[in-house]
Amino acid sequence: MSALQHTVRIVGGHLVDPAAGIDAPRDLLIVDGRVAMVAEPGRLPGHGATLDAAGCHVLPGFTDTQAHLREPGYEYKETIAQAAGDAARGGITRLFAMPNTNPVADSLAVCELVRAKARAAGAAHVLPVGALTRGMAGEVLSEMGELARSGCPAVSDAWVPVDSSQMMRRALEYARGVGLPVITVPQDLGLSGKGVMHEGAVSTRLGLSGIPAASEEISVARDIALAELTGCRVHISPVSTAGSVRLLGDAIRRGVPVSAGTAPHYLLLTDAFLEGYDTNGKVYPPLRSDADVRALREAVADGTVAVIASCHAPHAEFEKQVEFDHAPFGVAALATALSLTLLLVEEGILDLPTAVARWTVGPGQVFGAPAGAGTLAEGAPADLSVVDLGARWQVTRAALSGHGLNTPFLGHTLPGRVRHTLIGGQAVFAAEAPPVAAGLGGGA
Amino acid sequence: MNAATRIAVGKDLLGLADVSADTITTLLNTAESFLEVGTRTVKKVPALRGKTVVNLFFEPSTRTRTSFELAAKRLSADVLNINLGVSSVVKGETLLDTARTIQAMSVDTVVIRHAASGAPKMLADVLPSHVINAGDGAHEHPTQGLLDLFTIRRARGCVAGLKVVIVGDIAHSRVARSNLIGLTKLGAHVHLVAPPTMIPVGIAALASAPGTVTIGNDLDQALADADVVMPLRLQLERQGAPLFPGKREYAHLFGLTPARLAAARAGALAMHPGPINRGVEIDATVADGDQSAILDQVTNGVAVRMAVLFHYSGGGGA
Repeated sequence: MSALQHTVRIVGGHLVDPAAGIDAPRDLLIVDGRVAMVAEPGRLPGHGATLDAAGCHVLPGFTDTQAHLREPGYEYKETIAQAAGDAARGGITRLFAMPNTNPVADSLAVCELVRAKARAAGAAHVLPVGALTRGMAGEVLSEMGELARSGCPAVSDAWVPVDSSQMMRRALEYARGVGLPVITVPQDLGLSGKGVMHEGAVSTRLGLSGIPAASEEISVARDIALAELTGCRVHISPVSTAGSVRLLGDAIRRGVPVSAGTAPHYLLLTDAFLEGYDTNGKVYPPLRSDADVRALREAVADGTVAVIASCHAPHAEFEKQVEFDHAPFGVAALATALSLTLLLVEEGILDLPTAVARWTVGPGQVFGAPAGAGTLAEGAPADLSVVDLGARWQVTRAALSGHGLNTPFLGHTLPGRVRHTLIGGQAVFAAEAPPVAAGLGGGA
Repeated sequence: MNAATRIAVGKDLLGLADVSADTITTLLNTAESFLEVGTRTVKKVPALRGKTVVNLFFEPSTRTRTSFELAAKRLSADVLNINLGVSSVVKGETLLDTARTIQAMSVDTVVIRHAASGAPKMLADVLPSHVINAGDGAHEHPTQGLLDLFTIRRARGCVAGLKVVIVGDIAHSRVARSNLIGLTKLGAHVHLVAPPTMIPVGIAALASAPGTVTIGNDLDQALADADVVMPLRLQLERQGAPLFPGKREYAHLFGLTPARLAAARAGALAMHPGPINRGVEIDATVADGDQSAILDQVTNGVAVRMAVLFHYSGGGGA
């Protein structure tokens, strides 16, 4: 740390800090990378570099607990630098990188590579999630102890469910022993079969094989039972069905160490999106029915689902431009994560402090956090974003910088532009030009 | 056939879900005129002279492909058959690559058969050519639906008010979907019969109006007042999948036998999209009997596809 104090004043903004219970105009003084003072407007003492946040909101840095970074192995889909840059541009300061790379992040070596690439990018902090089993093959435990000590926040086998409940039980027990939570993507592979979308009237009309809601719910039920049996913290994400929400609500009430996350696309889209066979809406879990979306919205609002994550899964354009049956599952979601969250607020589904809490307080409760992260209380690290909630932008190829184009929101105009993102008081992103005014987004 | 009767039907025929009852009726009326062409000594009219039709088949098919080929030739179109099989994806050329290649060859109409639902839609979205769906996955097979409607209309005089029983693996059948949609649009009542493993969730929602589709699991009950019985081809390779125990029990419960056909309305029509498994979903004596419309379906198929190619070749106004 430098002997000279590095000071930044953020003035004129509206602070939303759910952990501290603040939703009001506040000025912030940042000294040496930490929040030194939170004051009523115009009450900050002293001088120093000033960041004008007038007309903007100041939010604690978001933690995205579930993103599929494609490096090493699939750099043609997206590099770590691109993902970390998009995260910073969207107010995400900590990014969990799922282990389904090639090679799988089941060793210190791969995790270190991910960290090194992320450091070089100088954008969002990237925290590799280690694999739960070696090669994500569900047969041998990964070296979770070493992964934990190297700083992995969790272990997971990403999309690949551990088929054997006995293996899963042992993996959870072992993870508990090294203090790591386990992230599971709920799916019964046998029941999903060759399914490519939610099973319902729409899949029947389109002639596409369905994935019933029960495929997810069976897995949710099993993992709740195993969390109860082993005492290991299990974070089930993404969940998408009304049945999953019911099971989770019951388990949480009974004190089972289980939590859940979901992604903005599950809160905004239904299976009707797929009427035109748009492969950008092919994702696991699949986009569900109206009734599921309604239940999921309630669960995020009431905290049964405590975490929103991007579930970012970018693919190359040519991989998605194939028959629906052959397209890979996954939605690119980092670039739109914040804006879609703000859309949920605009549409009255969540209030702003709750929406922010699902990206800050929620992840902290589930995965723990460096002291004070997820809040901007005095003494906390100055990981934050300054966001113009009113500014709108159109999701175009150009706006996405030509990567992560597999978003179902292509062409949509969304609210919210980040002006500045700071990590430890240092700028990791600053908007080059003033945000485009509402209505001037231009045609698709 | 008067070329001036060509109507505006849209660029593509992807499914009967997108086609109005009026357009269906016009297509059937046109097919009626074209049926006569097949009885002439010189079985050819100049309606599509100078047009190029490509039959792009990604799934093995003899019946549908030859039917389209004959239809195009009887309209004097130039016809190209491309049989890509299922291996083209493995070879690395994507459907989009294939589409661009076709575009470069200035083809007027593409007839596509593909194992993946939605593949014709994908092609139609990028190609300026007309695209006609010759069967995609479990989605639709609109010309089969039309030829079945045509066959029923010719045999019974009309479609409205009839009870049509469709028996078999509805879940995996594009024929069942197109028939269900077309039949209900023209006012028929459709009754689906199969074990529950073969009935997909929400199938009744495909009907043009609520209440025009009913579902059951017992063929004998269903046949009482049936005007048409349409067993679907049993995909024997699906015996491994847990849809039904085997063909013996299937034939016992769902096979269309002479006794069962006798329980339907007098003179009820037995239809089948072919190729048939004799003795499984349909008894040989029924398939070859007086009430069988199976060979009429084949004959009518050419006329119906002529009508479809005629209306969906647009542009020049031959």
